[in-house]
Amino acid sequence: MNGGAQVEVVGLSASYGRMRVLESVRLTVEPGGWLAIIGPNGSGKSTLLRSILGFHPHQGLVRIDGLPTTGMPRRDRARCLAYAPQTPVLPDGVTTREYVALGRTPHRPLLAAPRGVDRQVVADVMDRLELGRLAERPLATLSGGEQQRAVLARALAQQPRVLLLDEPTASLDLGHAQQVLDLVDRLRRQDGLTVLSTLHDLTLAGQYADRLALLSEGRVVAEGPPFEVLTPAALHTHYGARADVVAGPNGPAVLPVRSET
Amino acid sequence: MTATAGRARSDSAQHAPRRRQPGLVMAGAGLALVAALLAGVWVGALPLPPGGVVNTLLDRLLGVDVSGGLSPTQEAVLLQLRLPRVVLAALVGAGLAISGAAYQGVFRNPLADPYLLGAAAGAGLGATLVIAYSPSQTLGPFGIVPLAAFAGALIGVGCALLLGTAAGGSHSATLLLAGVAVAAFLAAAQTLVQQQNTDDLREVYGWLLGQLGRAQWSDVVLVLPYLVPACLVLLLCGRALNVLAVGDDEASALGVHPGRLRLLVILAASMATAAAVAVSGLIGFVGLVVPHIARRLVGGSHALVLPLSLLIGGGFLVLADLVARVVLAPAELPIGVVTAFVGAPFFAGLLWVGARRR
Repeated sequence: MNGGAQVEVVGLSASYGRMRVLESVRLTVEPGGWLAIIGPNGSGKSTLLRSILGFHPHQGLVRIDGLPTTGMPRRDRARCLAYAPQTPVLPDGVTTREYVALGRTPHRPLLAAPRGVDRQVVADVMDRLELGRLAERPLATLSGGEQQRAVLARALAQQPRVLLLDEPTASLDLGHAQQVLDLVDRLRRQDGLTVLSTLHDLTLAGQYADRLALLSEGRVVAEGPPFEVLTPAALHTHYGARADVVAGPNGPAVLPVRSET
Repeated sequence: MTATAGRARSDSAQHAPRRRQPGLVMAGAGLALVAALLAGVWVGALPLPPGGVVNTLLDRLLGVDVSGGLSPTQEAVLLQLRLPRVVLAALVGAGLAISGAAYQGVFRNPLADPYLLGAAAGAGLGATLVIAYSPSQTLGPFGIVPLAAFAGALIGVGCALLLGTAAGGSHSATLLLAGVAVAAFLAAAQTLVQQQNTDDLREVYGWLLGQLGRAQWSDVVLVLPYLVPACLVLLLCGRALNVLAVGDDEASALGVHPGRLRLLVILAASMATAAAVAVSGLIGFVGLVVPHIARRLVGGSHALVLPLSLLIGGGFLVLADLVARVVLAPAELPIGVVTAFVGAPFFAGLLWVGARRR
């Protein structure tokens, strides 16, 4: 694979109708870095990802390795950015292999049949993500964790330079959430992929990402290494939460505190 | 974790639908279509010797020099009555079925059928208008009713697309609602015209129920130029429709333009539908049921479902027409009645089997 790319977001603003949901967001993710966007519900995390991908109308610039994505043909963008949404649409009657193979779409003409190289990439990705024995199973019969792995596999079959993950652990229990995040971390280290994800679980965000951006009411209110962003004061101000931040093995961990009364 | 994964595995191993070899299924469907075509030309009010039928067809169609051994009357029945009718039935069935499969894929909705966006209502209004008001029954070599139905179907879908696009881009839900609105409006207009012209009710109803009884070679000539390109486009779009199945956002992230693709597929499917409706009236159920049968056989990939629907749809309608001719001979049942009569219980059975398997 080609290694990660730098992602720059400059002055990005977006609205739903008249309601402004993102206000001059500025972010940079270095090649091979993992930036997790955190923030309370409705702070604009998913909209930010969707704007970076060009699905949501917005003002401002997104640059990949210095190249603005506006006006970039969709296929070129798809060869660079891969996206796994919070609730992926899993088509009916399709096997895991057929689903993963969709990731090859930007690499060949839309109407053309898969070539040998496409099949090879799909097989490699499925081996890496231990999906081999599930290859011929209908996607709908996979467990939640397996489905999330299949979605990741589809994204990786795009051979992207940047992975955009919207709440990759949303519907998973702790063990499966860790499996998925460990996997993303491994892929990032092995291939140098850049990862930009939203994560609502602050402790997981603190343990896995190397930088956090705290989004509140559409603005980036704090950005930096996890220990700098996850502070009791920030959690109080932006989440209205009472929490201690304790040092975990790989970063800060958030410990909710009960009300005194 | 291992325990749950293990249980999920054994569960789904039992319940996973058996996948058949797509190549074999395709070949089987192709053979079934040929068999249906032969049965269609062979069975009828005037019995024809099967050997003579095959020889005459080889002689006349493929240029193999064998003597058919049919009398001139028999040959005329075969070549001027049965053959165009059977060929037309196959074309109409194939067109409706592949359009239905395409609509279901484009709208990600298993209940979609080719008449969804106003094609049926538009064609109905067009046909009713000319049956009620047109002084002449022909225009050049073609009947006026097919032409009006064709135009009506295209206008119906065109209105739905315009309304849907104006109301909210190319989202499938908006398009669907626009289609429902247009269809309701056109159907109301048709009822109004019908009420004003009760003398023509019988003819209008006959047309609405679907008929292939007056099929001629000119009908085949009328549909071919529209049906063939439309079906080719749809067949080419199979893989692209697979990408659309993951939703608009994810399809965009894979480098596809969902709106453009949806428009192309809808236009091609509507063209095929309009051509089919023009020569056969409104034949229900084929476009809805056949894609589901195809999906049961080869899974959800549109690259397989579309061509298989084409083959099964053609064979199914030839057989349905055969039943329509034979059951009450010498009278004929409307073919729409047969497709619904056979199709509905069959579909119910499929659903029942599917539910038990799940």
